[in-house]
Amino acid sequence: MPVISGSVAPPTDDKRWRLVDGAMRRCGYRASALIEVLHAAQSAFGFLDKDSLRYVARALRAPLSAVYGVATFYHYFAMKPPGEHTCVVCTGTACHVNGAQKLLAAVKERFGLAPGETSADGQISLLQAHCVGSCGLAPVAVLDRELLGRLSADRLADRLSGWRRAS
Amino acid sequence: MIDELEEIAQREQEAARQFPHTINVCVAAGCLSNRGDKVLEALQGEVKARGLEGRCRARGVGCMGLCCQGPLVAVVSGGRPTMYQTVTPEDAPALVDSLEGEPVRRLLLPTDQPFFSRQTKIVLENSGAIDPERIEDYVAAGGYSSLFKVLAMMSPTEVIDEVHRSGLRGRGGAGYPTGLKWSTVAKASGENKFVICNADEGDPGAFMDRSVLESDPHRVLEGMAIAAYAVGAKYGYIYVRAEYPLAIKRLEKALRQANQMGALGRRVGRMTFDFSVDLRLGAGAFVCGEETALIASIEGKRGQPRARPPYPAERGLWGHSTLINNVETFANIPSIIRHGGAWLASIGTEKSKGTKVFALAGRIKNTGLIEVPMGIRLRDIIYDIGGGVVGDGRFKAVQTGGPSGGCIPAPFLDMPVDYESLAEVVSIMGSGGMIVLDDTSSMVDVARYFMEFSMSESCGKCVPCRVGTVQMHGLLTKIARGEGTAGDVALLEELSDMVRNTSLCGLGIAAPNPVLSTLKHFRNEYDALLKG
Repeated sequence: MPVISGSVAPPTDDKRWRLVDGAMRRCGYRASALIEVLHAAQSAFGFLDKDSLRYVARALRAPLSAVYGVATFYHYFAMKPPGEHTCVVCTGTACHVNGAQKLLAAVKERFGLAPGETSADGQISLLQAHCVGSCGLAPVAVLDRELLGRLSADRLADRLSGWRRAS
Repeated sequence: MIDELEEIAQREQEAARQFPHTINVCVAAGCLSNRGDKVLEALQGEVKARGLEGRCRARGVGCMGLCCQGPLVAVVSGGRPTMYQTVTPEDAPALVDSLEGEPVRRLLLPTDQPFFSRQTKIVLENSGAIDPERIEDYVAAGGYSSLFKVLAMMSPTEVIDEVHRSGLRGRGGAGYPTGLKWSTVAKASGENKFVICNADEGDPGAFMDRSVLESDPHRVLEGMAIAAYAVGAKYGYIYVRAEYPLAIKRLEKALRQANQMGALGRRVGRMTFDFSVDLRLGAGAFVCGEETALIASIEGKRGQPRARPPYPAERGLWGHSTLINNVETFANIPSIIRHGGAWLASIGTEKSKGTKVFALAGRIKNTGLIEVPMGIRLRDIIYDIGGGVVGDGRFKAVQTGGPSGGCIPAPFLDMPVDYESLAEVVSIMGSGGMIVLDDTSSMVDVARYFMEFSMSESCGKCVPCRVGTVQMHGLLTKIARGEGTAGDVALLEELSDMVRNTSLCGLGIAAPNPVLSTLKHFRNEYDALLKG
């Protein structure tokens, strides 16, 4: 039976906790809704930190180890804060055979970033995805939610430099 | 309820007749990324500016298939469509001019080419023809009439018999007979049963499910509801990848609309049938496409598979009997009910009935989404529909089934595409990704690429998969660098055998397939890289 919680207070008075609370309330504080709640926390804060995991564990009355286990199992959940901008290079099969590695090499060469890394100034995070499902336009990358198809290394580098200049 | 549906359909058709012209703009993910939404806005603005709102409507529709030529636009006048390719917002005035004049030649996309004429559309029949965000459009195209027909006139057993007769097999990859799965769940004991739609399309190079969900979400919901009635389930889940935001948005909208119309929820169609559906988001774990891992994920746990039996049909979600089918499988159901199982069985080959949706990509001219009858020759898909290899490249192989499949070389191009034939050449049908490789690709690199994928996606529960994929990846990397020996290849073969025979779930069992198929068909490429 769902336990009606609410006795656990958020770690800070940051208003974004309300989004997490809302997600937990909607699913009746059931531990089975853990993944939904982690999605809500990540979309509120951009990533999952220890505070989030502890708070969610207590509110859902789930062991912290289980919450940590789930958060680290799924690739979609980030445990580090993302940069100001994110560049996701697709490395799906169609992109792979159409030069995705060249895109990654260009970002490495010009910005010194490997997948999973964020630039020292916190401006750019580079990620790779195992297929974003836009294979017809390969190779593709997703820049701050905007999908760019038939991408060349130069065009990608230009866009990333644009982020730098704008900051 | 059937009367009410007909009323909605008639109202819609009448409303459509008010407009001599309809402009359909693809707003599925592929064309959207090419500014399809801006094209739609520009066309709507142009129609309004010229005061043509009463004669012409411009609307967003689902995927029209030929993603590489997007954004695609179809101008339908007097029921006849004229298709246009690579349309930009700046082309809007010319397209609106064409309503009362000549077509815009420079943008014309001939529809008599094999890409369109050689397809048989069942699952995709509404894709690109209806607005996926309006339930009325789906109803006008005959939608939900199968569900209400089933509720009013068929017993659950009759529904299952019809699915049996159709010969439909699971479209997620393994090809298990759908009717058999349904009857197992129907026979299982227990009050609470579940229906799950597997929309965790994780194969790199596959985007069929995404496209169906973005283009015709109600078709999937209708298929699920029919299944729920047949097996006796009250609750359903759609497990969809978090990486597909547009599909999620359209599914959420479709669920709201279907609940409001009484096609889902309590007392569906005012009968004694209750069926409610919830959405569950994946979180980027390929292994969750495996049914027991998917169930664990819906339960809020790490997506790790467990040993089968018991199969989910006996013990599934929260221990209850559960039916799991893939998006495309459910999408076939409304048509099977409407036209009869025998109709579907008349399409395809002896053991593989109906059609299959494929995502064509890689080094091929026409990339996009196609639906073809089972049994079509690979050559027809790649050269007729696909237009052959892009640029000056020479065809080398076609990869099917993603990381669980294999690479099929040129000598097998005349092979029919069905479950059995693909298995014979050490590949699988898989979920429908079809990636063409040309001579710019090294087959050892392709095998290494897929092994890297399986290695990083292995959930770590069983040793053969967790350790075996790492070892195989290490060997493949060594060989690809030109540092491998004949002994390494022998070890690779031995490990393939071990991982295949001792892994817990499909991920590990199928992980060696790309290696085995490239070793079988392209051993010369391995040999050429060996030391000494």
